[in-house]
Amino acid sequence: MITIIDYGLGNLFSVKNALDFLSISSRISAGPQDVQTADGLILPGVGAFEDGMKNLHARKLTRLIYEQVIVKKKPILGLCLGMQLFAAKSYEGGEFEGLGLIDGVVKKLKPNDQKLKIPHIGWNDVRIMKKDSLMESFKKTPVFYFVHSYHVVPGDSSITTSVCDYGGEFVATIHATNIYGAQFHPEKSQKDGLTILKKFEQIV
Amino acid sequence: MLKTRVIPVLLLNNWNLVKSTQFTTLRTIGNPVQHVRVFNSRNVDELALVDIGAPRNGTEPQYDIIADLAKECFMPLAVGGGIKTIDHIKHVLLSGADKTIINSQAFLHPKFITQAARIFGAQCIVVSIDVKRENNAYSVYINGGSHDTKIDPIVWTREVQDRGAGEILLTSINHDGMMQGYDTELITKISKVVTIPVIACGGAGISKDFVEAIKSGADAVGAASIFLYTQTTPTNVKQFMKHCGIETRI
Repeated sequence: MITIIDYGLGNLFSVKNALDFLSISSRISAGPQDVQTADGLILPGVGAFEDGMKNLHARKLTRLIYEQVIVKKKPILGLCLGMQLFAAKSYEGGEFEGLGLIDGVVKKLKPNDQKLKIPHIGWNDVRIMKKDSLMESFKKTPVFYFVHSYHVVPGDSSITTSVCDYGGEFVATIHATNIYGAQFHPEKSQKDGLTILKKFEQIV
Repeated sequence: MLKTRVIPVLLLNNWNLVKSTQFTTLRTIGNPVQHVRVFNSRNVDELALVDIGAPRNGTEPQYDIIADLAKECFMPLAVGGGIKTIDHIKHVLLSGADKTIINSQAFLHPKFITQAARIFGAQCIVVSIDVKRENNAYSVYINGGSHDTKIDPIVWTREVQDRGAGEILLTSINHDGMMQGYDTELITKISKVVTIPVIACGGAGISKDFVEAIKSGADAVGAASIFLYTQTTPTNVKQFMKHCGIETRI
């Protein structure tokens, strides 16, 4: 059973819809019991970092997630803003502390081609650097839907499993032991996206 | 490399899928669920859904219809029509939409754009700008194309970006439903003044039209009539665009 963490900002319904389509049992919840008893967690994300963290604090989820992931080593998949919240700090609209599940910061995308617009919106190729449990099944270059203005810069680059090029490469997916993250939206990336969710379920 | 998006735009009037011509005549097409299902199976890049019934009736967005349609989509869904408050945006997103499209409310209360972008992130906020050309001058229209604001779209577009919108959906009222090509002059004028993505809409009739729109400066292209009334599919269009050197997702 996967718990999709409800912190009032994620596109929970889309994620559940995709998991339902794949016949993966899941529930949307912010309840501590549902987080504690889950086999795996998904932290979705649509919105701004500051509000994301505010909402997590307000629902007393910050410490709970940290404990489940870092201490209990529960598998967690962060999607878009969800993955960004894993970082220690973000510079979106100020300076804010994240969940600190991974060492790293969240910075604004700065494409080195002036013609490239922010937000980075649309389908883009992802270059796989490490064929880990999440990314191993792609035989050709996967394409995912991105919609973001900020990106994660991990403190330890070895957790980067794939990158995307948008006027310079940025981290597309990460994997640090039980912590997985995707900057794109697998629940909105058709076949390639559904593959990511299927692989996460296999990990869980 | 970033792929150029081709986005079918669907108009809803209550439960029905409709199509407009120059923002006036409405023709009923049928059941929106069927069409969304087909678009999903055709692997489209994204879908935009605008409920023109909600603002006309003064009602809230139809969350249950949005939820039904969102269930069929494994690609991004942008939803608009009658969105006036932060609460509306929140519920539209919770219903399954990935982005919200705001129009008249943004024009009447520009601070709404900033507020919405701050709470939900700019990437969730698409500001729709409807433009009519009369006597060689362009003007922004609101309220479903019924009210001439007499404001230059260049001025309004710049403000929309400054206020924090993530994307612009630019529709030519004159070209809407006419299938005679996009208003490339308008697209050129508007895309020059902003750095946020511009989705051009209104007028696509054949695949070549999409290429012209992109060459005029649009970042993505929206279309309705061509996909509802002709045999041309979004994939046909993307194949043609790729053939013309525009990177698309096939």
